Amino acid sequence: MSTARNVIIIGSGPAGLTAAIYTARASLAPLVIEGELSSTSDQPGGQLMLTTEVENFPGFPTGIMGPELMTNFRDQAERFGTEFITDKVTRVDFSARPFRVWIRDTEYTANSIIVSTGAQSLMLGLPEEESLIGHGLSTCATCDGFFFRNQEIAVVGGGDSAIEEATFLTKFASKVYLVVRRDAFRASRIMQDRALANEKIEIVWNSQITALHGETHLTGATLVDTITKESRPLDVTGVFVAIGHRPNTDLFKGILHMEDSGYLITKPGSSYTDIPGVFACGDVQDHTYRQAITAAGSGCMAAIDCERWLEAEHD
Amino acid sequence: MAEGIVTLTSATFDEVVQSSSTPILVDFWAEWCAPCKAIAPVLADIAVEQVGHLAIAKLNVDDHGDIAQRFGVMSIPTLLVFDKGELQKTLVGALGKGRLLQELSEFLPSSH
Repeated sequence: MSTARNVIIIGSGPAGLTAAIYTARASLAPLVIEGELSSTSDQPGGQLMLTTEVENFPGFPTGIMGPELMTNFRDQAERFGTEFITDKVTRVDFSARPFRVWIRDTEYTANSIIVSTGAQSLMLGLPEEESLIGHGLSTCATCDGFFFRNQEIAVVGGGDSAIEEATFLTKFASKVYLVVRRDAFRASRIMQDRALANEKIEIVWNSQITALHGETHLTGATLVDTITKESRPLDVTGVFVAIGHRPNTDLFKGILHMEDSGYLITKPGSSYTDIPGVFACGDVQDHTYRQAITAAGSGCMAAIDCERWLEAEHD
Repeated sequence: MAEGIVTLTSATFDEVVQSSSTPILVDFWAEWCAPCKAIAPVLADIAVEQVGHLAIAKLNVDDHGDIAQRFGVMSIPTLLVFDKGELQKTLVGALGKGRLLQELSEFLPSSH
């Protein structure tokens, strides 16, 4: 089995790239299969590729742009000899060692695996979504905000990401309706204050979007009050969705131990999954903190767990 | 600018698209769009590999918003493919090279 690599890292957000920096510096010559280009958060670099200013990553007192931060992570991993493949893993077999990972017909083998596939944004789940995506319905405020200059638009969601998007979009839109399902935000206090202080943001509490209208492009939406069940039209030309995330774990169904919600289960205080030699880090196993810094921290844990496990196996 | 990629402006768009001897893919992009930057090297590759089969051009929506508006572009990257001056295909969002080549297969010589 001399051809098997030491470690393959699947995914390239803050967790995967931190694991790459650490395993590369430990001379494990990691291979990172970084994902496939897309306009959703399921892409190389992960969710931060679709954000603007990151204000809470320590070490950047004046903030840093999300894509720039991820480019820095990647450059740092590359500097120590990380190998990258820009594609998506299509199948894995962890039933025997070396572990096997495929990209379509090409097989890669490794003695250990670090899973850091992250999470992607949930959509509303409405049938009209498919035809309207890119035509008024957007997954990327930073890409598409520009096209809604002086228009009225809606952002759906009550968490930090929703408020960040809504605030960013007020640079372009004349008005942003922030559609929140409950009568309170999930967001942090500083973000809540930011939303409440912004004159262009109107918060629509206890509401859900239940339909999108328009043939070639979005012309409006239907809002339903979650308490009275009354519906009313919402006159917007753009809808941006930030209602939460789901972990990217379809690849590991029936293979790795996971919660009903799809999040991988790791041994508390470590990155160990239920298969020895397979480690998990970042948002794919964290529905509690979900921060760039916690993902990076758990990526470091996975790298150290992996290095020690490989050493013990070797003895 | 990568080799073989034409930069279009509001002034040159119609003439270049109408007179292209091969199908031409126009990439609507902007400096502030991270997925646009991510696909730039993919398009640069395709431009070189498909010389004589598919022309690749770029249009900056910040500077030439009128053209973006004319084609209803509301999300970038958007890739429009024209053949003999007619719009034949619209692709919205970033794609990896493999999937993009699949989407463009009708405009490319078959690989076998």
